[in-house]
Amino acid sequence: MEPLREVSGRAIPFGRKNVDTDVIIPAKWLKTITRDGLGRGAFESLREDPANLFDSPEYTGSPILIAGDNFGCGSSREHAAWALLDLGIKAVIAPSFSDIFSSNAFKNGILTVVLPQDAIDRLMTVARTDPIAIDLEQQSVTTPFQDRFRFEIDAFRKHCLLDGLDEVGLTLSRDSAITTYEKHAAAAMPWLAQTA
Amino acid sequence: MASRPRTLYEKIWDAHVVERRDDGTCLIYIDRHLVHEVTSPQAFEALRLAGRKVRRPDLTLAVPDHNLPTTARRDAAGRRMPIADAQSAQQLEALERNAPEFGIRLIGDADAEQGIVHVVGPEQGFSLPGATIVCGDSHTASHGGLGALAFGIGTSEVEHVLATQTLLLAQSKTMEVRVEGRLGPGVSAKDVVLHIGGVLSASGGTGFVVEYTGSAIRALSIEGRLTVSNMAIEHGARAGLIAPDDKTFAYVKGRPYAPAGSDWDRAVAWWRSLATDPGAAYDKIVLIDAADIVPSVTWGTSPEDVVPITGTVPAPEDFADPSKQDAARKSLEYMGLTAGQKLTDIEIQNVFIGSCTNSRIEDLRAAAAVLKGKVKASNVTWAIVVPGSGLVKHQAEAEGLDRIFTAAGFEWREPGCSACLGMNPDKVPPGERCASTSNRNFVGRQGPGSRTHLVSPATAAASAIAGKLADIRALD
Ligand code: SF4
Repeated sequence: MEPLREVSGRAIPFGRKNVDTDVIIPAKWLKTITRDGLGRGAFESLREDPANLFDSPEYTGSPILIAGDNFGCGSSREHAAWALLDLGIKAVIAPSFSDIFSSNAFKNGILTVVLPQDAIDRLMTVARTDPIAIDLEQQSVTTPFQDRFRFEIDAFRKHCLLDGLDEVGLTLSRDSAITTYEKHAAAAMPWLAQTA
Repeated sequence: MASRPRTLYEKIWDAHVVERRDDGTCLIYIDRHLVHEVTSPQAFEALRLAGRKVRRPDLTLAVPDHNLPTTARRDAAGRRMPIADAQSAQQLEALERNAPEFGIRLIGDADAEQGIVHVVGPEQGFSLPGATIVCGDSHTASHGGLGALAFGIGTSEVEHVLATQTLLLAQSKTMEVRVEGRLGPGVSAKDVVLHIGGVLSASGGTGFVVEYTGSAIRALSIEGRLTVSNMAIEHGARAGLIAPDDKTFAYVKGRPYAPAGSDWDRAVAWWRSLATDPGAAYDKIVLIDAADIVPSVTWGTSPEDVVPITGTVPAPEDFADPSKQDAARKSLEYMGLTAGQKLTDIEIQNVFIGSCTNSRIEDLRAAAAVLKGKVKASNVTWAIVVPGSGLVKHQAEAEGLDRIFTAAGFEWREPGCSACLGMNPDKVPPGERCASTSNRNFVGRQGPGSRTHLVSPATAAASAIAGKLADIRALD
């Protein structure tokens, strides 16, 4: 994964509460075989409205999404994270996220930022006219108007995102431990170490 | 290692720890990885993009099952017949490309061993007691019936296992569900697990690995144990487990991937040592009297909506919890049922005998025993039997079961997931009712608007004859 230190640019002032993964990517998109191209199905039902934010020239390609409480609830489909990535979104800011969504987002290199509702309200206002910036190292969200909101993040996740370590890459770096286990298992439980 | 008494789950866990981290999570080694066509394409794609290989292709087995049609798949010349749904075809082709590219064995649609991945694993001896087994599918819990620690994973985890043969996991809590006593006549493993699901609720097992114990569980055949463990996920549990015993060893012995020779004796000795130690503590214990279990059926849209076949459809007011009352109201409306209706008065139009819960040879024998010499009711317009694997199908045909089914008005199909979730063309029409031996009665599960009643194979067969949900014990 690409290291993620800063995300800055226009943010989509979406703001909606309880957005479930069915809204993020409807079930009919689950029969695909790639992670790419799901951006077309992202927020499909909302985008039927010609005035929707996602397709307005002002916000197309925005790397940040600002949402309401409980973003990503419902089904555990990882396609929701893939759809956001395909739209170009690298960070989502909300007052809260569903656990599974935030874990799926993290596994795919998307930063989820939790801020209190009043900070979200302020960012929503700024996002309508100006860019905002997220600094992961500093754990802060700033605007061109001296706003500065600090956020908390799990140290392990921060480390992985900053260094562009995906979980697979991280575990691969433990290769020698895995090999040691395999050697021990091959001796102790040879019938598990192979399939006849 | 200290001699603290441990549960079956803890013993399997401890034997698979590669590394323990400071925060208590462990890197756990995975012994067996089953792959099917729906949840694997993006995992293979990610490996390809990152230039990574599969660490242990020899511990991985690919089997297509969800999308395959259950009607004839090859013409007389052995050529594949086209699959109508382009996206189904694409998922199947992706697996057929990915498996050889990454050096993974594939049991394809033309192979005699093909079937539902959770039927194939145990049948091939690929799934073994004491092993850690994963698959990108929630009903991986099935393999726990052999005493394996088996659970479903998401696509990123599929990728993680392919690349590293490990998973980073937090240990679950343990629950013992002890069923003591003798099951009454006509009561099967499916009725046991439906009953347990009703007692625990659909979320009662969340955060737990459930070990099923007690004399009634011990008395079940391995096939019955697989049925019980299959539905652990329907109580929200991470996995189900049943301690391996002599029946398990007899079942595993001689299967294609099972250990042999001196390995066999060492394996059996280890498997015997896995049983929960006397005095080991579970985080929670649930006791069930086998005498309380009768043939069971679901009335609603959650597997916890279980009632005895002798009972009536409940009213929303019967539930104390207001959110459950609301869910019951919605379920009744979706299911087209009225509170107080007798279960045995509910007419059905479809019968599905199949799925990883109930498509093994014993299940087909149980259904055929009921159907022998009988014909389905005329209001039952669609009745199909979908064997869990090509080997089950072959065995059933050798025993003449297929002829009993077809004489009774059932269609005899090729193996696969089929109407369990209707990803292939087998669907229950909107608004119609189905007595189904599968494991989920969710809204739209068997096709948009479909109404599912989960039952045992014998109940499904009896219901086909009656044209209504039927009590197998009342049949003459
Ligand atoms: S038979 Fe049903 S529950 Fe089992 S793996 Fe197939 S779709 Fe899933």
